[in-house]
Amino acid sequence: MILQDRMVVQSQQQIAQDIFEMKLTGNLVGEITSPGQFVHIRVADSFEPLLRRPISIAAIDQAAKEMTIIYRAEGRGTKVLSEKRSGDTVDVLGPLGNGFPVDEAMPGETVVLVGGGIGVPPLYELSKQLTAKGVTCIHVLGFQTETVVFYEEQFMQLGETYIATVDSTRGTAGFVTDVLQTVDANFSMYFSCGPMLMLQAVQQMYPNKKGYLSFEERMGCGIGACFACVCQTTENSSKDYVKVCSDGPVFPAGVVAL
Amino acid sequence: MNRLAIELPGLQLKNPIMPASGCFGFGKEYGRLYDLSKLGAIMIKATTLETRFGNPTPRVAETPAGMLNAIGLQNPGLTGVMENELPWLEQFDVPIIANVAGTETEDYVEVAKVISTAPNVHALELNISCPNVKAGGITFGTDPEIAKELTSAVKAVSKVPVYVKLSPNVTNVTEIAKAVEAGGADGITMINTLVGMRLDEKTGRPVIANGTGGLSGPAVKPVAIRMVYEVYKAVNIPIIGMGGVSEVTDVIDFLSAGASAVAVGTANFVNPFVCPTIIDQLPAKLDELGVNHISELIGRSHRL
Repeated sequence: MILQDRMVVQSQQQIAQDIFEMKLTGNLVGEITSPGQFVHIRVADSFEPLLRRPISIAAIDQAAKEMTIIYRAEGRGTKVLSEKRSGDTVDVLGPLGNGFPVDEAMPGETVVLVGGGIGVPPLYELSKQLTAKGVTCIHVLGFQTETVVFYEEQFMQLGETYIATVDSTRGTAGFVTDVLQTVDANFSMYFSCGPMLMLQAVQQMYPNKKGYLSFEERMGCGIGACFACVCQTTENSSKDYVKVCSDGPVFPAGVVAL
Repeated sequence: MNRLAIELPGLQLKNPIMPASGCFGFGKEYGRLYDLSKLGAIMIKATTLETRFGNPTPRVAETPAGMLNAIGLQNPGLTGVMENELPWLEQFDVPIIANVAGTETEDYVEVAKVISTAPNVHALELNISCPNVKAGGITFGTDPEIAKELTSAVKAVSKVPVYVKLSPNVTNVTEIAKAVEAGGADGITMINTLVGMRLDEKTGRPVIANGTGGLSGPAVKPVAIRMVYEVYKAVNIPIIGMGGVSEVTDVIDFLSAGASAVAVGTANFVNPFVCPTIIDQLPAKLDELGVNHISELIGRSHRL
């Protein structure tokens, strides 16, 4: 069920350049059903900025009713959000959308998680849930530059982790696809979240593998009513279009026209 | 006695609050969040004769205290709305106002003829003011003579009262209001969005793929209030007012300016529970204003 919850900020810290990690508690956490779902946050109680900000969920702690979000404070809204301190409350709508299907991967299988930039966070909870059920996760994470790399250690604790930076300041020089060329292709499926061009490249690289892609698009309502985040589908899809917010943000590879 | 009940052509409203067309889809998404029977009415998303995919993305952009949109009337077409959307809404005790759009007079007439026969459609809202489609839409809403002719043509076939949604993108809104009244309109809904543009600060390119979009949200409320105020004086048919309504005091303002009921648009995106919240707050607001029945507030600003 979707809740509008006044969640309480437990902590807020900058973990890389312009990248913030915030922990929030509230009843909304109990409604989260899969990694890759997102929340829609009203950063101020005024009309400025007006619209909510869609932000993915990076980790869930059901016992503590706590979730972690990781976001880039780049625009007006996220900058306001980055000024919240522990004890402050935030108007959060969620959980929204359909996340990654953890059930698709079987214990003993190896899967690859491919993340780019601010698309990395939802893969963390995904990896936690997959590894907990005995799936081996290989993480391939791409960033622009060293200063915006985050959660490398956290991912390493869950499995093999490779970093790529576009300006070659950390890990492999180049893109996630440069790392993927060196990864043993003997895995059962991939999960990916990041910029459109990256999703496109990953999907092209593995035309015969099962994969799940998480998309990002400008949103209005976040619940499927306003038709702002509509994507065209491929010919072999059963629908003419999908809404990223309510039909996604995660879709099986091959559904959305890239 | 229901202090909030309002009677308008075709519409017995248990309260004067309704979601505005285009901001509520066909109700399914909000129906998961609260009981839609609570609403005074629902203005469903514009219906065209054929299925429309709408405009390329980005379709929305935030602006100071507002937003631009250029969705482009995406909808499943008349058949889809008649077969799937309207029957689903029948489970709720709420009158539906069907927003009708098209590119030619014949499109409007055809959609109106069919959609007005749906059992839960109690009124039509003629969309002659959508700024985001290449043909039709706003072109019908900016020329008084064309607006009048279209209104007459639709009135001739509709089984339910016809309201006409006015565009604010005109020099003199009362001229259009009088024209649609002369064409037989049973009521007026106003205002649609104001044509606007936002540029990307780095590239200088419009943020919205369509170039321009319709501005809505709190930023447009003063324009809407002024226009409702002017039109109230110019015509003798009721007005459903809208434009930047976010809270209960906005509703009071629209009623005071001359609206008989009020629609809530963009605020649904910010707070999906905004309509039921405002409805719950109205009785206390009436007490505060020393008003017994909400209808006493209609046009109050003109009687001072």
